[in-house]
Amino acid sequence: MNASLRLSLPVLVRRESASPAIKLVAPAVALGLATLLNLGLYMLMGRDPGAVFHAMLLEPFLSWTSFSEVLLKMGPLLLIAQGLAIGFRAKVFNIGAEGQFILGAIFASAIPIWFPQATGQWIWPAMLILGALGGALWASITAFWRVRLNANEILVSLMLALVAAQLLNYLLLGPWKDPAGFNFPQSVMFQYDAMVPILIPGTRVNVSLLIAFAFSVAAWIFMQRSFAGYKLQVGGLAPRAAGYAGFSEGRAIWLSLLVGGFAAGLAGAAEVAGPLGQLQRSISTGYGYAAIIVAYLGGLHPIGIIFSALLMAALYIGGDNAMVSANLPIAAVRVFQGSLLLAYLVAIAFVRYRFEWRQAAQGNAP
Amino acid sequence: MNAIEFIVAGMLAAATPFLLAALGEMVAERAGVLNLGVEGLMAMGAVIAFIIVYHGGGHFLGFLAAGLASAALSLVFAIIALGFRANQVAVGLAIGILGQGLSALFGKSYESLTVKGLPKLALPWLSDIPVVGGLFAEDVVVWLSLAATVAIWATFAYTKTGLVLRAVGENPKAVHALGYPVIAVRFAAVAFGGAFAGFAGAYASVVYTPLWADGMIAGRGWIAIALVVFGTWLTGRIFLGACLFGAVSLASLAAQATGLDISSQLLSSLPYLVTIVVLGVISSNRRLLKLNGVASLGEPFEH
Repeated sequence: MNASLRLSLPVLVRRESASPAIKLVAPAVALGLATLLNLGLYMLMGRDPGAVFHAMLLEPFLSWTSFSEVLLKMGPLLLIAQGLAIGFRAKVFNIGAEGQFILGAIFASAIPIWFPQATGQWIWPAMLILGALGGALWASITAFWRVRLNANEILVSLMLALVAAQLLNYLLLGPWKDPAGFNFPQSVMFQYDAMVPILIPGTRVNVSLLIAFAFSVAAWIFMQRSFAGYKLQVGGLAPRAAGYAGFSEGRAIWLSLLVGGFAAGLAGAAEVAGPLGQLQRSISTGYGYAAIIVAYLGGLHPIGIIFSALLMAALYIGGDNAMVSANLPIAAVRVFQGSLLLAYLVAIAFVRYRFEWRQAAQGNAP
Repeated sequence: MNAIEFIVAGMLAAATPFLLAALGEMVAERAGVLNLGVEGLMAMGAVIAFIIVYHGGGHFLGFLAAGLASAALSLVFAIIALGFRANQVAVGLAIGILGQGLSALFGKSYESLTVKGLPKLALPWLSDIPVVGGLFAEDVVVWLSLAATVAIWATFAYTKTGLVLRAVGENPKAVHALGYPVIAVRFAAVAFGGAFAGFAGAYASVVYTPLWADGMIAGRGWIAIALVVFGTWLTGRIFLGACLFGAVSLASLAAQATGLDISSQLLSSLPYLVTIVVLGVISSNRRLLKLNGVASLGEPFEH
C-alpha cells in the first residue's frame, strides 16, 4: 500500500537551505491562486467574474475616495496584526484579538459616555490609552491562564472573545444604551473632543493610521534589533534551546499577549473615537480574525504586514463594492480571506520543501 | 415540568452537537493531528443538512451530505497540513474561517427559515420513571450518537485499528518503521473527524434547533475542541463533559424561562465562562495532561 502510494504521488523533499526568493513571491502567488479559485466560485454562483474582479480588486485603488476608505480600514488591521505577529513568532497563538479589540472600544467609550460634557484636547488621547490598557487587561486573563494554569491560550483567548461580544451586547442593550436612540443597541454620539483628529483633509483617514505605522516601526525595531525580541523568536523556533539559555517561557507568553492585547485594544479605541463616533454592536467586522490572516500573509514580518494589511483592507472595501455592483453576498469576503490564507500556507511550503517525483518506493516499507 | 426534569429530559439532545464534534476531534488528535477548523466544519455541515431537509430530501440524506461535505473540507485541511506540512494551527484557523464563510454564502437565502425536527423514540417503562424518565425518550440521532460513543470507546480499547491510530499519534517514526502508512492513517482520522463535525452541525440545524441562521454554531465547535482537553483524550470523559455542557446550556434556558433576573447576555456567555474555568482547572493538573496527552500532537511527520 505504502509503495503504490509513493509511485503515484510526488514527494516533498526538504531543501538544503530555505529559499528567501520563494518567501517573497509566496504572497503574490497565493493572491493569484485565491483570486482564480474565488472567481470560479462566483461563476458557479452565476455572477460575472469580470465584474466582480473589477469591483473587488481594482476599484478600491481606482479612485481617491475609495482608496482613502482602504487606508481607513488598514489602520486597525495593521495595528492588530503587528501585535499578533510578535506572539505568533514566539508560538503564542492569541486568536482572541477580536475580544481585545472590543474591550478596547468599551474602555475608550467609558470617557465620553460617563463625561459627555467634558471638553479639551486630552479626551481622545486618554481614550486611546484607556482602550489599549483595556485590551491588554483582557489579554492578561489569557496570559494568566496559560502561564499559571497551563491552559491552552488558543481556546481561552477565543472563548474570551465570545464573552467580550456578549459584554458589548449587555452594555448596549442596558446601561450604555442611548436613551434617545429609538431603542437601537448603540451609545450616545461622542462629543467633538472625543474624536481622533483627521490626518488627510477631505477624507475619514485619521491619526490612528499614523499610530499604526509608528507601531509597525516599533515592532520592527523590537523584533529585529532588540535582545528581548530575539529571545522571543528563539523561544518560538527552538523552545528547548531557549530553556537552556535561561529565556523564561512565562515571560515570553506574558509579553506576547500583553503586546497583542495592547495593539488590539488601541485599534478598538481608535475605531470608536474615529469613523464610528459612538459605541455600536457592529464596531468590528471581524478585524480581530482578519488580522490573523494579515499577520501570516505578511510572513509575520513587520514590513510584510504593512503590505498584507493594505491588501486585506482593499478586500473589505472591494467586497462592499461587489455587494452593491455585482450583487455578491458579503460572506464572499470571508470565503476569500480563508482561501487566501490556505493558498499562502501552500505556497510558503515551497520555501523549505521542493517536490520530487519518485519512481519507486524507498525506505523501509515491508 | 420543573427545571430539573427539563434539564434531564433535554440534556442529551443539547449535548449531542458537542459530543459528536468532540469525538471526531478526539480521533484526529489521537492520530496526532490538531484540527482547529471544527467551528467551520460544523457550520458547513449545518447549512448543507438544512438546505437538503428544507427541500424535502429528508433527515437521512441531510446528515449523509453534511458528513460528506465536512469530510471533504477537512480533507483540504489534511492535504495542506499533512501533505504540505504547513502549520496545523494556521491551517485549522483558515479552514474555520473558510467553512463559516461558505456556510454563510450557501445559507444566505435560507436565513431564519425553519424545518421540522425528529420525533422522540421513548424506551418503554424506563421513560415512565419520574424525574429521570425524560432521559430515555430521545430522537434517533441521540441514540445513534450514544452507540457511536460506545463503538469509538471499544475501538480504542480492544481493536488493532485503535492501537495503530494511537501509535501514530504517539510515535509516528516507530509506526512508520513497522511499515504502517502514517500519513494515510492521519488522513483517515482527519476525514473521520470532519464527518463527525458535519453530523454535529447537522444535528444543530435540523434536529436540535431546526432552523438556519448565520453564526448559529456560536462557538460550539471551539467548545468541542476544549472538551477533548477536558476529557483528556478519553471517550468516556468526553461524553461526561459533553453532558455537562448540554446541561449548562439548558440551565441557561431554564433560568430565562423562570424569569430569574439574570441578564440574558450573562447566560449566553455561561458556556464560554464554564469552558475557561474548567480548562484552567484541568490543565493546571500537568501530570494528568502529560499522562493522557498525545505526544506528537500538531507536529508534522517527516521521514
